[in-house]
Amino acid sequence: MSDTVLSVRNISKSFGGIHAVNDVSFDVGKGEVLGLIGPNGSGKSTLFNCVLGQLPADAGEVQIHGQRVGQMRASRLNKLGVGRTFQQLSVFPQMSVLDNIILAGQEHHGSMASRLFGPSDAGLTAEADRMIQFFKLEHLRDEMAGSLSYGQQKLVDAAMAFMAGPSLVLLDEPAGGVNLTMLANLKDRLETYNREHGTTFVVIEHNMEFVMTLCTRIIVLAEGAIIAEGTPDEIRSNQQVIDAYLGG
Amino acid sequence: MTTKMVRILFPLAALALLVLIPLGQGNYIIYVMTSWLMFSIAAMGLNLTLGYAGQISLAQASFMGIGAYITALLTLAGYHWVVGWVAAMGACFGIGLLLGYPALRVQHHFLAFVTLAFNTLVFLVLRNEEWLTGGNHGLVGMPRPSFFGISTGKNLEFYYFVLILFVISAAVFYWIVNSPWGRAFKALRENPVRAESLGVDTRRITLLAFAIGSAFGGGAGAIMSPLVQFIEPGSFALVHSLKILLMVVVGGAGLFYGPMLGAAVVILLPEFLRFTEGYYLMIYAALVIVLMVYSPTGLIGLGTKLWQQIRPQSEVRKDMSKGAQL
Ligand SMILES: Nc1ncnc2c1ncn2[C@@H]1O[C@H](COP(=O)(O)OP(=O)(O)O)[C@@H](O)[C@H]1O
Ligand SMILES: [Mg+2]
Repeated sequence: MSDTVLSVRNISKSFGGIHAVNDVSFDVGKGEVLGLIGPNGSGKSTLFNCVLGQLPADAGEVQIHGQRVGQMRASRLNKLGVGRTFQQLSVFPQMSVLDNIILAGQEHHGSMASRLFGPSDAGLTAEADRMIQFFKLEHLRDEMAGSLSYGQQKLVDAAMAFMAGPSLVLLDEPAGGVNLTMLANLKDRLETYNREHGTTFVVIEHNMEFVMTLCTRIIVLAEGAIIAEGTPDEIRSNQQVIDAYLGG
Repeated sequence: MTTKMVRILFPLAALALLVLIPLGQGNYIIYVMTSWLMFSIAAMGLNLTLGYAGQISLAQASFMGIGAYITALLTLAGYHWVVGWVAAMGACFGIGLLLGYPALRVQHHFLAFVTLAFNTLVFLVLRNEEWLTGGNHGLVGMPRPSFFGISTGKNLEFYYFVLILFVISAAVFYWIVNSPWGRAFKALRENPVRAESLGVDTRRITLLAFAIGSAFGGGAGAIMSPLVQFIEPGSFALVHSLKILLMVVVGGAGLFYGPMLGAAVVILLPEFLRFTEGYYLMIYAALVIVLMVYSPTGLIGLGTKLWQQIRPQSEVRKDMSKGAQL
């Protein structure tokens, strides 16, 4: 596949005696929305962290746009066009929503010197406002991120992952703890972004309705290994998945 | 008045006061005010490292010491003070950068211990390397500089000279914390892992937080040499680093005016409490504890809290009118 954006080969990771991720391989093509599901503790977040250099994998190899990323630091990966969110909510609580969003883009503009001597917004206010508008956060623009509701902070968190114009975005439970209205908004925004920019997504999510309608392909993890892979319809009718997870 | 107007008018009004207050005052008051401006510069630097970037440092007094000794040695050797000033800040920038390396590996109280050890190390070097530093006797007789024939020899003249340096330092500080670097410093403080994932080179930003903060300390030290005209290792011992830390914390860490207010309190309060004689340290310590418990963001945080209780309430609940969207 020439348009493979992310290629994961034989990744394994143990914590002491726990095999959190066990020999996992998959590819994700350009514009695909891949869902990653599985029971709690099945290794989804650990897999993300290994792919993104946040944790060193014990074995295996990750390529992004054909480039081996090995032990590359998260900031370098981000500059290669990889955006992400964490399972734990992670906005900057004592900065305004606008500053959160600008921060997410500023390291991609100019040099260290221009970020000291140039304009204080790194020339990004207009672009940040467009992102804020895209995620329908206009009325919260100048509020401290920490004063927002949990769901609103989740939206800010997601918006930050897009600010650098990434070609690949990994979202760890973006819908967790988000109320229904905001969930519909979030899904709509992700779909729109994917359609308009051809961005590739990998999404970890527990909300089945959300995953089944958003994703084009789904991988099911159990105890650190892939037990099924297919379209949402195939996954829904897969007996092994129903036994291990959906039925459970 | 809009917030923006206050932002411009307040520093101008404060500056006017700083120009006018010392007129007609005695030497002692002028000396205390000069000393306050000097410590404010040192505390500004620590505010960048600790308040904005979240990296604890108990070594700010040692950077004042390095700056003071470099300036003293250079001016005693006949160089102009400006040469000493630039050398002091440059050296402290470099040494601060090195001190930042442990911060890449350890955090919080471990980092506090590392910087504490560094402060002690500098103290010992200043005390033991007598051939260079004069040991316990220190260095004396540093001249006050002249600029284009204008002398700063008299106390009031020297005060205005330090006021100019203070304004320059504050302007540079304001520029830095409001630049994208400042945003990266705050991001480092609030969530380093998230910051790194958004492209912030957190290693480089950590080192810079130490280097810049230390350079401010060196700049303050460069003022101390001609101000006191006598320096000795004891002026830069650990207790003075703790004092600068107190200035930052009492005034309000991570707030622009915090350390300036904090330095005023830490320098002036003991004077006001002098009538209590032996008890003043205890009263002082008790006041600090009460403040920290009630308002971790220091006096400015306390002031903001009180203001929010008494100001008109119409603006507070924005979510009431926008409830439908939330
Ligand atoms: N930092 C860690 N140290 C030790 N064990 C961990 C760590 N992170 C995850 N684990 C363990 O690895 C397994 C997979 O966890 P995780 O990847 O968070 O699962 P998921 O995201 O699918 O819920 C769990 O058993 C968890 O307890
Ligand atoms: Mg998880």
